[in-house]
Amino acid sequence: MSEGIRDKVAIIGMGCTRFGERWEAGGEDLMVEAFQEAIEDAGIEKKDIDAAWFSTCMDSNNVGKTGMPLSMTLKLPFKPVTRVENFCAGGTEALRNAVYAVASGAYDICLALGVEKLKDTGYGGLPDLFTQMGNKNRMIMPNVTAPGAFAMMANAYFAKYGIDPKEGKKLLAMISAKSHKNGAKNPKAHLRREATVEQIMNAPMIAYPLGLFDCCGVSDGSAAAIVCRADMAKNFRSDPVLVKAMQVAISSGEELMYTDWDGTYVKTTNKCVDMAYNEAGITNPREEVGMMEVHDCFSITELVTYEDLHISPRGKAGDDIKDGFYELDGKIPCQPDGGLKCFGHPIGASGLRMMYEMYKQLQGKAGDRQIENPKYGLTHNLGGFPINNIISIGIVGR
Amino acid sequence: MAGIVSYGAYIPKFRIDRKIIYKSIGWVNPATYLKGEKAVANYDEDAVTMAVAAGMDCLSDIDPDIIDTSYFASTSAIYKERQTAEIISTAFDLRSDIRTADFTDTVKSGTTATLSALDSVQAGTSRNVIVCASDCRVGRPGSAQEELFGDGAASLILGNDNVVADFIGSFSVSYDFVDHWKAEDDKYDRQWEDRFIRDAGYSVFIPEAISGVLKKYNVDPKDLAKVGYPCLYAGDHKKIGKKLGLESSQVQDPLLANVGYTGSSNPLMLLVAALEDAKPGDKIVIASFGTGSDALLFEVTDKINDIKGNRRGIKKHLEAKTELTSYEKMLSFRNILPIEKGIRGEIMPFTPLSELWRLRDQILGLCGTKCKVCGTPQYPSQIICVKPDCGAVGEMEKYRFSQKKGTLRSFTVDHLAFTPSPPGMYGMVDFDGGGRYWFDISDIDPESLSVNMPIEMSFRKKYVDETFAIHAYFWKAVPVMD
Repeated sequence: MSEGIRDKVAIIGMGCTRFGERWEAGGEDLMVEAFQEAIEDAGIEKKDIDAAWFSTCMDSNNVGKTGMPLSMTLKLPFKPVTRVENFCAGGTEALRNAVYAVASGAYDICLALGVEKLKDTGYGGLPDLFTQMGNKNRMIMPNVTAPGAFAMMANAYFAKYGIDPKEGKKLLAMISAKSHKNGAKNPKAHLRREATVEQIMNAPMIAYPLGLFDCCGVSDGSAAAIVCRADMAKNFRSDPVLVKAMQVAISSGEELMYTDWDGTYVKTTNKCVDMAYNEAGITNPREEVGMMEVHDCFSITELVTYEDLHISPRGKAGDDIKDGFYELDGKIPCQPDGGLKCFGHPIGASGLRMMYEMYKQLQGKAGDRQIENPKYGLTHNLGGFPINNIISIGIVGR
Repeated sequence: MAGIVSYGAYIPKFRIDRKIIYKSIGWVNPATYLKGEKAVANYDEDAVTMAVAAGMDCLSDIDPDIIDTSYFASTSAIYKERQTAEIISTAFDLRSDIRTADFTDTVKSGTTATLSALDSVQAGTSRNVIVCASDCRVGRPGSAQEELFGDGAASLILGNDNVVADFIGSFSVSYDFVDHWKAEDDKYDRQWEDRFIRDAGYSVFIPEAISGVLKKYNVDPKDLAKVGYPCLYAGDHKKIGKKLGLESSQVQDPLLANVGYTGSSNPLMLLVAALEDAKPGDKIVIASFGTGSDALLFEVTDKINDIKGNRRGIKKHLEAKTELTSYEKMLSFRNILPIEKGIRGEIMPFTPLSELWRLRDQILGLCGTKCKVCGTPQYPSQIICVKPDCGAVGEMEKYRFSQKKGTLRSFTVDHLAFTPSPPGMYGMVDFDGGGRYWFDISDIDPESLSVNMPIEMSFRKKYVDETFAIHAYFWKAVPVMD
């Protein structure tokens, strides 16, 4: 029987760049910025790092494939560096690999770093998905964009629960308004302006029913974490953050090709979070999870994730939204740093950025956004589309 | 006896009132005005896709495995070299041990392909031949052709068994009559003077061919139920009928006022329209006009009653129409007015033709697999069954989705995606009988989309890679035609 990863590994240092349209910075600049903050935070030197896991996604307009962009930029001398890529779940995937590496005893100290330079395409939105999905998919997949693929879930959700599209759009707008409020408080966030529900609802349509403000920022950025075995952590700092669970679940084609999924939720999140709660020893998530950063690439994703994480009852996320349950001063603050929505979404870095906020919150260093005495912090990434995806979930605590 | 086993047709959904064209560009040549409307192929349609649509109508309840020869006729094929008959035969999921040919270079090619098919059937070389004639011809902005030409397709299966109309015989005349022509790189027809075409060709060749076939088979014009021939000049179309001794009720409406002149497919579309109204014993003559004329004489059999009403043919397609109110949109559909694509639209990933070859059944034919163990249909083809509690390995058989109807489980209207006709539309489709995939959606107004609406599949152009001159085809979801 496997034991899981709970309490075996600690995060002893983290770094995160300011996210945004970093016209002045390339991928290399961003990597150095996140890395230097992380090693200074951990109080270690570069030579102390035994191995690294490196996450990037869009190699067509980023730093390139392999582990070399990391080792060459950071001048990591002849160290093992592995590039990992799992779409938007890549950042958490890098951390998961680094965590397993130290837990195995193979290494003492490992680095996980994610970076994405998205704003070199010349157009808005993500780079073309068709180069990312393989030849066959390109010839048969519909002409999908990310907002469109998630908008389908919103239409299906509204239809299933009999929610009038206008009422549904309002619920989604409340989610985005909450994240704008949090993002405005965060100096490292991409979008730092509050937005009213009315403004959000009236924004230009991107993919029906999702408007501009239902979509997250397309951003440049990098984030990094330094991990070691839990028994070593106090040698580096008094307030390390312990890894409670790291889980990944990936679609095997059921949602896309078999007809029992109705398109109103994300199946993989349900599977992944069951494993994560079990690993972390959480039995009543609504009471035990203290805060979370979920993959709000689009407002509807955040809404169904509330339910998929077994926190809001199925079909009832709207009640919790209206009750302010997920606001910064609510029962389970969600997206305290602004989320993908306002902190931004440099794909390969996002999972580590979420963890950065959980780490700072657990250490009581989140400034204006500080949540009172959280026990567990949960991060959730969704790579791909509702119809076929990768979910990664991390749970950390003290 | 050899004859017509099945028929089908296709008229694109969009119709433009010619007044809209004239209002926009009639200033170029005020004499171009024509009454009525014309059919306009959607941005993702062309002669190839319309041929498939007509062929699917023709094949509707017919096992594609009985087809052993496949002919395509058009003057607006997409490729100079890459046979369209083979593209569309793959879309129909026909057998590979068949004979195929394209008939091109003259608007007479539709009837010529039909005659060749009948020859082959009569000779016993072929048992069942499918002929698809399709044209999507473009007229230069401001030209008379722009008003005259319409888009459409027709399809026939010719064979010896279950014949709905016996083929009595034919009479052809062939001349190097250069009324219009196109050289290697011409997008538009070049044309000689109308008076010459009308008086030396149109009014001469059609009567010559029709009288020829009547005389050859000793048929009195009075005994004909319907005679169909193209209409290039409305007044002279009537005169030809009179010259042949026909009552106006015997002359098949040439579809000028509601479809337009559809080139190589026009005579076959008129034949389909005539068969839709025919009763056993009716004699029908169809003639083409091009570089000469072919006239074909048929006699309708009892079997016509088995097929009548089971095809969309001309009538149902005429009814299912959407007004196209923008002349500029019509031009952009044919890339006569190229629109701003943005960088997202300019970037075009490479098309691997060797992979297209391996996946031809799946991509052009919309064939997936069905698990022999649990019976679950799945698209695209799988090796290991996708049904969670099955998972059988290597137990798949081919399963064709192209004729399945389905339900749109979810959808979106996407303003970010590049498409030549924004906004993009796509959704998740559950097929009747099982199987699911997501598809682009076409031929519908975005406001009319709804969760759980019924859809069917239509063969469409997916993208055009101008750098490599690749026209990529696939299937899209479209609303079900009643």
